[in-house]
Amino acid sequence: MKTPNFDFMGARLIATVVSGVLIAVSIGAIAFAGLNRGLDFTGGALVEVGFDGAADLPAIREHLGASGFGNAVVQNFGAETEVLIRVPPVADRDQSTIGDEIFETLRSVWPGVAPRRSEVVGPAVGEELTEQGGIAMLVALFVVMVYIMFRFTGKFAIGAVAALVHDVIVTLGAFAVFRWTFNLAELAAVLAVIGYSLNDTIVVSDRIRENFRIVRRGKPVDIINRSLNETLERTLVTSLTTLLVLLALLIAGGEQIQGFATALTIGVVVGTYSSIYVAANMLLALGVTKEDLMLPEKEAADQSS
Amino acid sequence: MAERGVLGENMFGAREATRGPLNRYPLWRYLVILTVVVLGFLYAAPNLFPPDHALQISPDGSDRPIDALFLSDSVAALEVEDVDVVGSELMPRGALIRVGSNEDQLRGRAVLDAALNPAGEVRAFVIALNLASTTPAWLESIGGKPMAKGLDLSGGIHFVLEVDIDSAISKRLGDEAENVRVRLREERIRYVRTGDMVVGNAMQIAFADAPQRDRALGVLEEDYPQPNYKIGPAEVAGRPGLAIEIDETQIDEIEDYAINQNMVSLRNRVDEIGVSEPLVQRLGSNRIVVDLPGVQDASAAKRILDKFANLEFHLLAMPDDRPSEIEEMVYEGRVRRLQKTIIVTGDRVTNAVQGYDPQTSLPQVNITLDSIGGERMHDFTAPNVGHSMAIVFIEQKPVKQADGSVVPREDRRLISVATIQAALGYNFRITGLSAREAQELALLLRAGALAAPMRIVEERTVGASLGEENIERGMYAVGAGFLLVLIFMPLYYKVFGLIADAALTLNLIILVAVMSILGATLTLPGIAGIVLTVGMAVDANVLIFSRIREEQARSPPQRAIQAGYDRAFLTILDANVTTLFVALILLSIGSGPVAGFAVTLAIGIVTSMFTAIMGSRAVVNLIYGGRRVEALAI
Repeated sequence: MKTPNFDFMGARLIATVVSGVLIAVSIGAIAFAGLNRGLDFTGGALVEVGFDGAADLPAIREHLGASGFGNAVVQNFGAETEVLIRVPPVADRDQSTIGDEIFETLRSVWPGVAPRRSEVVGPAVGEELTEQGGIAMLVALFVVMVYIMFRFTGKFAIGAVAALVHDVIVTLGAFAVFRWTFNLAELAAVLAVIGYSLNDTIVVSDRIRENFRIVRRGKPVDIINRSLNETLERTLVTSLTTLLVLLALLIAGGEQIQGFATALTIGVVVGTYSSIYVAANMLLALGVTKEDLMLPEKEAADQSS
Repeated sequence: MAERGVLGENMFGAREATRGPLNRYPLWRYLVILTVVVLGFLYAAPNLFPPDHALQISPDGSDRPIDALFLSDSVAALEVEDVDVVGSELMPRGALIRVGSNEDQLRGRAVLDAALNPAGEVRAFVIALNLASTTPAWLESIGGKPMAKGLDLSGGIHFVLEVDIDSAISKRLGDEAENVRVRLREERIRYVRTGDMVVGNAMQIAFADAPQRDRALGVLEEDYPQPNYKIGPAEVAGRPGLAIEIDETQIDEIEDYAINQNMVSLRNRVDEIGVSEPLVQRLGSNRIVVDLPGVQDASAAKRILDKFANLEFHLLAMPDDRPSEIEEMVYEGRVRRLQKTIIVTGDRVTNAVQGYDPQTSLPQVNITLDSIGGERMHDFTAPNVGHSMAIVFIEQKPVKQADGSVVPREDRRLISVATIQAALGYNFRITGLSAREAQELALLLRAGALAAPMRIVEERTVGASLGEENIERGMYAVGAGFLLVLIFMPLYYKVFGLIADAALTLNLIILVAVMSILGATLTLPGIAGIVLTVGMAVDANVLIFSRIREEQARSPPQRAIQAGYDRAFLTILDANVTTLFVALILLSIGSGPVAGFAVTLAIGIVTSMFTAIMGSRAVVNLIYGGRRVEALAI
């Protein structure tokens, strides 16, 4: 198979605009609409029940409203017989019995209703989780940056972290725009996106560094283009296999991992794009040169042994 | 580009190759790989033997022995009700009956409960839901065990309780404040009552004048030494005063004590619910997680968790006490008559430990009461030296009603009768016990009450059917995703694709083996982690293969393989190490689903490095190594 020869960097202005728009829309959506944070983060109660026939959602809403749960969100979950009911946290009230109460009041009208799961999370727990999640993300980004600075150079570190931040924001943005529920599992997915996107960025950066060292002539933009082309096959094949697996999760994994799989799918697609257009683009913008990548004495000695 | 003849060595590559023929592994490398493969298969194998649903019967206050007859009666009772019994065995303390399904298990428990525990009486037997291993004995003997399933897969209830540390601290400070007053009175130092002495983490005492304050400082400095306390002059309510503040380390200690104490009490309660493998674990600084696998009725579980045991200290009755003021209880086969008046209750016990008398080395129980308890104890015991004191242990035992519902009933038991040898105060001891008795008594005294109040802040119930559905779907997704990758790789990389498939399969087996050995719990996010690992594990092989393809353009096949593996190695290492960082950060910060996912991801990264680089290289070397190859099927 011949190495392709696309002029990736030729389209970098367009890419910059695309990324800029994506990030602006994402930040806008997160700032104004906000993430549709799930029970894990907001606290409150959630009850999943199964009916013996198709569930009559309007009737359920009406009944719950009459029983003092007017602010309950009632929706189908996976099948028309399965219903998910979410109640935001109520002040001055023992949260821990809400789940049981909802179930009991439903059963008084629909005797065939069966409990699937019920979750109650106190508001303080949710707040702490939000905080922990944010810290986890920042620590992850920081550690990654230090490692890359150590293994590569500062410019690569900035490029890689820019790509990661880009991916995280766009993935979160998609959740904000489409109002998908964002829970702990989705947070785990976003953190996994950091891992995946990083993997991709490092592979590309590694090749750029290698080519900067062995290609004698050539402008940085040409060397980067060449590196991107050389790694293109691998980038696509890996993304494809990962997407194949995620597809299986999306289709067959069931409702409960749907959000997780969605977050990862978006992250993998965006991550593939960002390792080409954000990380490499950033390197060019920062003016990476051969001198940045001269082998340190010790490593040079190792290589020629 | 100038071809470099010699490549850097790495931990997976072969330096020998530069001297001997290319792409040959020495024998020991094959042996290492073979050993790992065999171990992987061995320790992954127990997962092929899913445990049986079982019912575990253990005695709870009943004298009836659990023997072969008892067991056959129980099995017969189950079979009459069409519960599918697949096996039964006697155990050191109780019996185990294996049944066909989760549904049989729940129905079986109801049947046994009806047969063994008559309505209206205190429960005679605990019937717990259990999972009985079906792993062959020889696999178990080498430590093989299947992965435990998380609550989201097995069904059950998850509680998080928050311990109110502030009230534990203010209770402790309240006791200390009482001690301070007593001490000042003893020293005849005049202090001024100013309402609440306890403010936040500190006590504040006001004095009539500065000289009194300075004398108090001298006395109290000894009682409240640095660094546990910070004591210093302060203005209190416009008068010269003292502030005694507890240090952070002391607060941590109070916190640890309160949490541990509450966990002991919780474990006692959880045992009452009849769950074979409950989890009671500290979460962060002030929370406790309680996982009850298999349990479905959240409100019943909560009712039982809420009922904690308590203690009462009574004086034994005097001859002239009126019968209406006397309670009769049996202790060591003798009827004892107790005064109904309670001296103190268990919530006044701040600590109870088993120790030894420094002079006689005989075992004893050292009991510490709080200030109010200490005063009452003193008032009651001082005029009654030579008389006896009794300790009553009160437990909420589940009692089944005629309609099948369970209501806790108070079960009172006399656990100690001791002679009062002197007026007792805050600290006293009970002697004349064997070491074991002392230990048990100390445990019961501590189990008496909660060190600090707590409340449920999180509760999740997963129905058994949903759990099973989660497993089915998860496994199906893993299978489907895995299969798609297995099909894709040979289509794209031909023979090398098949090699990657082998490495991937091996990776999955080793991943499962490592998770089983480590005793990791399989959760839904964990399954997702496995799926993702499968997708990403391919990456190492893709990197290597695409590099080999590139190298083929400028090198002969053997050298292309060598160069492909060597050049890809550093890239793979960098990429995996950074991803591993992310996984470890997730693990250290996250809990619950995040941690479940991170564990799988972290293990998967390490195992995939091994299989994708060393494993696949071994197969490549076996196929191509040391022979003339015209072209690679890649």
